[in-house]
Amino acid sequence: MTDLRLSYRSSATRKAMDVFVRAFSIASAAIGIFFLLWILWVVLKKGHTVLAWSFFTSAPPSPGEGTGGIRYALVGTLKMTGLAFLMGVPVGLLTGVYLAEFGRHSWFAAGVRFCVNLLMGIPSILVGLFAYTLIVLATPRHYSGQAGAFALAIIMLPTVARTTEDMLLLVPDTLRESALALGIPRWRTITGILFRAARKGLLTGVLLSVSRVSGETAPLLFTALNNNFYPRDLSQPTANLTVTIYNYAMSPYDNWQRVAWGAALVIMAFLLGLTVLLRTLLKERNR
Amino acid sequence: MSFLTRSSTHRQADRIFRWITIVCAASTLLLVGAILWNLMSNAWPSISRFGFGFITSTQWNPVKSEYGAASSIYGTLVSTAIALLLALPISLAIALFLTSYAPPWIARIVGTCVELLAAIPSIIYGMWGLFVFAPFMQKTLQPWLANLPGPLFSGAALGVGMLTSGIILALMILPFLTAVMRDVFAMTPPVLTESAAGMGSTSWEVTWHISIPHGLRGLVGATFLGLGRAIGETMAVTFVIGNSHRIAGSLFAPGNTIASTLANEFNEADSPLLEAALIELGLILFAITLIIQILAQLWLRSLQKQQAR
Repeated sequence: MTDLRLSYRSSATRKAMDVFVRAFSIASAAIGIFFLLWILWVVLKKGHTVLAWSFFTSAPPSPGEGTGGIRYALVGTLKMTGLAFLMGVPVGLLTGVYLAEFGRHSWFAAGVRFCVNLLMGIPSILVGLFAYTLIVLATPRHYSGQAGAFALAIIMLPTVARTTEDMLLLVPDTLRESALALGIPRWRTITGILFRAARKGLLTGVLLSVSRVSGETAPLLFTALNNNFYPRDLSQPTANLTVTIYNYAMSPYDNWQRVAWGAALVIMAFLLGLTVLLRTLLKERNR
Repeated sequence: MSFLTRSSTHRQADRIFRWITIVCAASTLLLVGAILWNLMSNAWPSISRFGFGFITSTQWNPVKSEYGAASSIYGTLVSTAIALLLALPISLAIALFLTSYAPPWIARIVGTCVELLAAIPSIIYGMWGLFVFAPFMQKTLQPWLANLPGPLFSGAALGVGMLTSGIILALMILPFLTAVMRDVFAMTPPVLTESAAGMGSTSWEVTWHISIPHGLRGLVGATFLGLGRAIGETMAVTFVIGNSHRIAGSLFAPGNTIASTLANEFNEADSPLLEAALIELGLILFAITLIIQILAQLWLRSLQKQQAR
């Protein structure tokens, strides 16, 4: 059928179609690059005015006057991401180990795999909503950095679990068999040999999970909230970069909006750097 | 003797390690169960009060304590549909450009640029959307689109609204769709494409008659991926959708999505019923993601079976 239709069409229309598609595909690529450069340029242009060393070390500005800085939000974000890392990464790593090493084809593993995929696809605002119902409501409407970190950990967990499973499965079975033949116990084989063989891949997964949560705002809206004070501990509502950007950008004060763009530039630079690093890591592994 | 005791402690350690990994793996099941249970129990006041009418009611009236999800569900589906309609052809064309038209060094640069679109956090898309892109829409694109016939592009050009959200969502899912489609095209066996080219097919004919049918299942999988990403996107949409609980025929009109309603109103919810209604919205969003996920995984499984054959 197909061939018949082809042969009846004149070569001029076929060529015209090809030229059209070629032009459309070049235009589409140009659209992608155009929007990327547009966004980067806007953030750079609006954000660079406040950038100075003091931007990282000063307290937040009062509404309407002065530039101030993002020190509290930066520290809060780092602390919460750190706590989320401590909760999410080990559990994710060991879940990945279970899936790759112990339960490859069991029913239980299939269920776990489904849940990991589901958690990866769940909108981050729902994770925030869940953390709100679980933690914030448990202590009568008490927002805290811990609740925020818990929400971020839930987002990190499936990313780490999935990459860990994939990366461990890439390690050839001969390595596992040789280790067992030497009488090395299973847990030493995994932590000492397989982890080492797959270390670049595991690092990629961990960094990927960090990059997934560093730009997240939605899961913090109902959990960590925001704060105007230094985040001494995470049992209180905690200042953080993304919610600060959201509040400041939506505010009517010119100086707050400038700080929002500056903070946006900081986060964007960090994430672009991390993405480029991840790309080179993945490239090296593929080689 | 010492050998025996050592091997039994090893076996003990192995058993403990194995159980630790099982507990960690079980925690993911527990999490999904807890999310479902917590959302349901906290939404219960709203579920029992409004019943199924919640899904079809367009009311959202805190004064009368009447709540309905219809406008949020409508906005979620429409903005996602716009995003997919725009992103699918463009990402297909970019993937085509990367795999068959561009010389390798250009493909590398373009590929990196498109991937970097995924590195921009959604709140930055939102700020750019509200302060830069929405004014552009208002002054340039919307007056131009308004010349088209039909109710879709009618009404005041506000800049913010359903169409602007859809375009920004399309940008945000573009890198994910492109990555999958590129892999799909790269997976087409060279024997097939080379034979078709050898018979005198143009590049487009090779793509249309060989690569796309061959990778159709993968392309559908990419659509699921984009769907899942766009449907729950919060911050970018909250900035530019205009946040109104109304269903309007025009794509220029402001609207809302489930996620944007939550982001906007949850912290200000001062009555228990409003909070429950908002959590029920979250539950509906969770149900939609669950359905997409199940369909995607079933699809993937049939894909793997087909490949194994």
